Amino acid sequence: MTVSTLNRRAFFQKLRSESPEKMEKRMGIFGEVKPVFPLGNQELPLVPPPTNTLTLNGGLEPYTGPWDYEQAAHLLRRTTFGVKKNDLDLLMGMTMDEAVNHILMDLPEPADPINNYSDDDPTNQDDYDDPAVPAGQTWVNANYDGDAEGYRIESYRGWWIDLMVNQEANIREKMTFFWHNHFATQTAAVFYGKVNHRHNKLLRTHTLGNFKEFTKEVTIDPMMLFYLNGYLNVKDAPDENYARELQELFTVGKDNPNHYTEDDVVAAARVLTGWSIDWNNFNTTIPSIFNAGAHDIGDKQFSSFYGNAVITGSFDGDAELNALLDMIFQKNEVAEYLVRKLYRWFVYYNIDAAAEQNVIQPLAQLFRSNGYEIKPVMETLLKSTHFFDAVNKGCFIKTPVDIVVGTLRSFNISIPSITLWDDFVMKSYLRYFHSVMQMLPGDPPNVAGWQAFRQVPQYYRMWINGDTARNRNFYIAAMFSGNLASSNDNILRIDPIAFASQFSDPSNPVTLVDEIVKLLLPQPISDLKKTLLKSILLSGLPSDSYWTIAWFDYINSPNDPMSVAVVNTRLTNMIAYVLLLPEYQLA
Amino acid sequence: MKRRNFLRTAGASAAFMPFIHNGFSVNPLSKNSLFGMLGASANLSGKVMVFIELSGGNDGLNTLIPLDQYTYLSSHRGSILIPENKVLDLNGAPDTGLHPSMTGLQEMFNNGLMSIVQNVGYPQQDYSHFRSMDIWQTASDSGQYVDTGWLGRALQGEYPGFPEGFPNADSPDPLAIQIGSILPLAYMGTAFPMGMSLGNADNFDDAFLSDFVEPAPATPYGDELEYIRLVQKQSQEYYEVIKTAAESQPDNLSPLYPPQYENYLADQLRIVARLIGGGLQTAIYTVSIGGFDTHSEQVEAGTPDQGNHANLLRRVSEAIAAFQDDIRLMGKEDDVAGMTYSEFGRTIAANGSIGTDHGAAAPLFVFGKGVNPGIIGENAQIPSNLNNSADVPMAHDFRQVYASVLQDWFGLTNLNDILFQDFDILPIFKGASAAREELNRDVFGVSNYPNPVRTSTTITFTSFSNAYVTINLMDAQGRFILKIAEGNYPTGMHQVRFDRSNLPSGTYFYQVKLNGMGVMKKMLVF
Repeated sequence: MTVSTLNRRAFFQKLRSESPEKMEKRMGIFGEVKPVFPLGNQELPLVPPPTNTLTLNGGLEPYTGPWDYEQAAHLLRRTTFGVKKNDLDLLMGMTMDEAVNHILMDLPEPADPINNYSDDDPTNQDDYDDPAVPAGQTWVNANYDGDAEGYRIESYRGWWIDLMVNQEANIREKMTFFWHNHFATQTAAVFYGKVNHRHNKLLRTHTLGNFKEFTKEVTIDPMMLFYLNGYLNVKDAPDENYARELQELFTVGKDNPNHYTEDDVVAAARVLTGWSIDWNNFNTTIPSIFNAGAHDIGDKQFSSFYGNAVITGSFDGDAELNALLDMIFQKNEVAEYLVRKLYRWFVYYNIDAAAEQNVIQPLAQLFRSNGYEIKPVMETLLKSTHFFDAVNKGCFIKTPVDIVVGTLRSFNISIPSITLWDDFVMKSYLRYFHSVMQMLPGDPPNVAGWQAFRQVPQYYRMWINGDTARNRNFYIAAMFSGNLASSNDNILRIDPIAFASQFSDPSNPVTLVDEIVKLLLPQPISDLKKTLLKSILLSGLPSDSYWTIAWFDYINSPNDPMSVAVVNTRLTNMIAYVLLLPEYQLA
Repeated sequence: MKRRNFLRTAGASAAFMPFIHNGFSVNPLSKNSLFGMLGASANLSGKVMVFIELSGGNDGLNTLIPLDQYTYLSSHRGSILIPENKVLDLNGAPDTGLHPSMTGLQEMFNNGLMSIVQNVGYPQQDYSHFRSMDIWQTASDSGQYVDTGWLGRALQGEYPGFPEGFPNADSPDPLAIQIGSILPLAYMGTAFPMGMSLGNADNFDDAFLSDFVEPAPATPYGDELEYIRLVQKQSQEYYEVIKTAAESQPDNLSPLYPPQYENYLADQLRIVARLIGGGLQTAIYTVSIGGFDTHSEQVEAGTPDQGNHANLLRRVSEAIAAFQDDIRLMGKEDDVAGMTYSEFGRTIAANGSIGTDHGAAAPLFVFGKGVNPGIIGENAQIPSNLNNSADVPMAHDFRQVYASVLQDWFGLTNLNDILFQDFDILPIFKGASAAREELNRDVFGVSNYPNPVRTSTTITFTSFSNAYVTINLMDAQGRFILKIAEGNYPTGMHQVRFDRSNLPSGTYFYQVKLNGMGVMKKMLVF
């Protein structure tokens, strides 16, 4: 049995067979039909690559400067999605050392995803009544069901998004996503929910673990065996797909022009022959298995890049896999390649000569000397002078997940769900926005991950084009619209008053603007712009007291719709203005 | 009756359509513009309205000065009252004059380009800036909470799908444009604003609103910021059409504009004029000027025609006069009108700080070639004794002005969807009565015979319930002349005889109001 794409097709056909009214109801205004914009396909503007008049200073020596709001916010912007005021307050109460240790703390594993796609409303034609899994129960132990997998995958994706939205002040979610971008796989290619979920668990258990062991587990993970055809790699018909990406994308890379050869790809593929899916236990534990009978027992000769190493053939697939990884991980390129990827994920895409010498090389050395343990590398990087350099702050163009999830987090929004079906519908909105901004969790464009982290020279700028720039702002507008609803009572939206209430003195328009800007934007903005923001709160009137009076009117009559509306309208305009600033796209 | 698509671009064939459209006659001005279109102008746009907000609450009594009330005004607001000999005359209105700063508006009035509506406000004045602004923007009652804007509702009625699928071939241009950064509540539809602001999120050309675009620093942050700014600007749905319009009208044509940066309102109206001149089909523009909350130092002590309020009014007058001239020179004056408004007026009495406090009603100005020139309504009566917080009561609901704009300028008929209730139309726009005549015959069965009137005429109307009815006679400018009838009328058809007596020949209107719902009809007297 193989997981065919037919089931996926059937799933989408089912979605498409909905009546237009129903589709409209489910998708709200965000139907699948995209607006026709005359500039949608325009070429990217020609902006020269960074001028680098200022390079990032400092090396890996521990940061000893002040530990204040600016540093704590920077740490959170880069290691979590969005910044929450509560997280900031927490880290501000620590030293820099404690704060980074807190960010890197191990967390318990999350609960498994559940069936949120079976609505108990019998008139609902959009849901799926899973015969094997009651609503509210997890489906990760259920047998494969071609009709259910599309729903289970969306349940899985929503579960993941939910974990990111509700994450703590901890690096785990951003690091898990880093590994998803690194060991990239696609739900669309392996249309089986629990294989994806199991793979995701593998990513999160290894977030800060040992990269070499991690690589071994990924190599024989059923998700990867399906995705890169490892399960079809047998001695009589070797499939080089995984063996190539293992070297090109997962370990040594091609940064060094003198890299692995085509013969090394063939030889590695031969080492990996016989690793497959244990079909007998497929429906229960989805194990992988080594079929010695399908394994090539000949010796495998590698090129001079690997010191002309030979891996002796045998029926012991595990030993040969270990030997292959030992050989690969002896290459300095592995640590350099991974450290550069970490740098581009957490710091900046442009690695100039100084950064290469002062950061990449020593970190790679540290990585190797610690036997490829990831945590010491991250700890050293996040505590370094280089990481906290002022020049480094705000130059990261937010990913779509930073925008979608990060905005929810900054506004303290949990995904609202009165019923399980509400949960499913709400997450389908979030799926939509991730998708139109070109970063759907679970579905990178291909095995190389998202272009923004590898495409020279544009890198992060790949995120922002005429279409995605509009969609990013459309998401912000939608978050204020009240249109992201599954029912009259279940609405996903920003509550401007609740947001403002958390600041030191919401009745003071000067400090309120100041604190909101500091939370939402990575660099200070000019006094002129702050005055403009304040004038939105004041409807252009000259005296701050008008806002103060309005705020206290609201405080004294919080149930009077007009008192609420007066502050709500002005806060909405002011906050939306901040979120639509180009500066909000940066972290 | 089918709604007219007032904002949609008329196809070329529309130029040959009969002037009677959907049962009522089209504003005669459209005739001119339709013929005009066959000439040099390639612009097929419909009507344009420019809304000018005077933010803070304008002192109406020092703007449009009721000269017949001067005696009591001097005792209540002597410290700020404009000296009588400095007040600017208005042709045909000997009892009313303009602030001496407003020479531009005086000239426009005297040239027949201005309709002034007296004492506009709303019932149960709230006196809070924020609430009052929101009431004007949403067209709600004083005690009513509405979260959509009146222009947003008007636009949503015409473009129910917006913003999805916009812009498109039929509507390539923004539906409404706010010059400046703060998108007005008036534009709010049920979920999304129906208009855009130029300047919001730095997305418009630096040449227009450079004051909000700060140079990015020479750092990696600055590099990425510049990139995002550029793409965001270019990804604005309407960037290209706005840029094209601005480029096709690279200069303002009127020499009357003050130098740039000296008059913020004029700077905004320059942009509006260029966009209109450049062929943008946008029907609604809003601009704003602040500073009217003149609690103190409204005037210069000792020289009350000078000072803050005088400077504000000078800017308003100068800007509007230059804009009107610009629009005329661009050949667009048949299709463009504008109006001022402020969230409320100010107290009759001056306070101890040479200023005035929040009050109820104030006049507003509607301008353009399409208006019926003149003053609608009477000067307020200033009592001899009053307390410090006394103000000018409302004579016209601001929603009557909105209703007139929607019906008589934009040709909309779904006024109840937009304004929630019926409001009497005011004769602000030329041709307004003709439109109403056709419309109202169907609804109320109001007519008079004979018409024209020589000695007497009989007014017929139908009351659909036991109603309190008033019938007033007004002159061509909408000024009240006399009461024809008043009282309770049972359900059914009624006839009221009216004797001409010594009424001079001319054009008059008579208004039949049933339970507050009004119908205005034209009556010619020979």
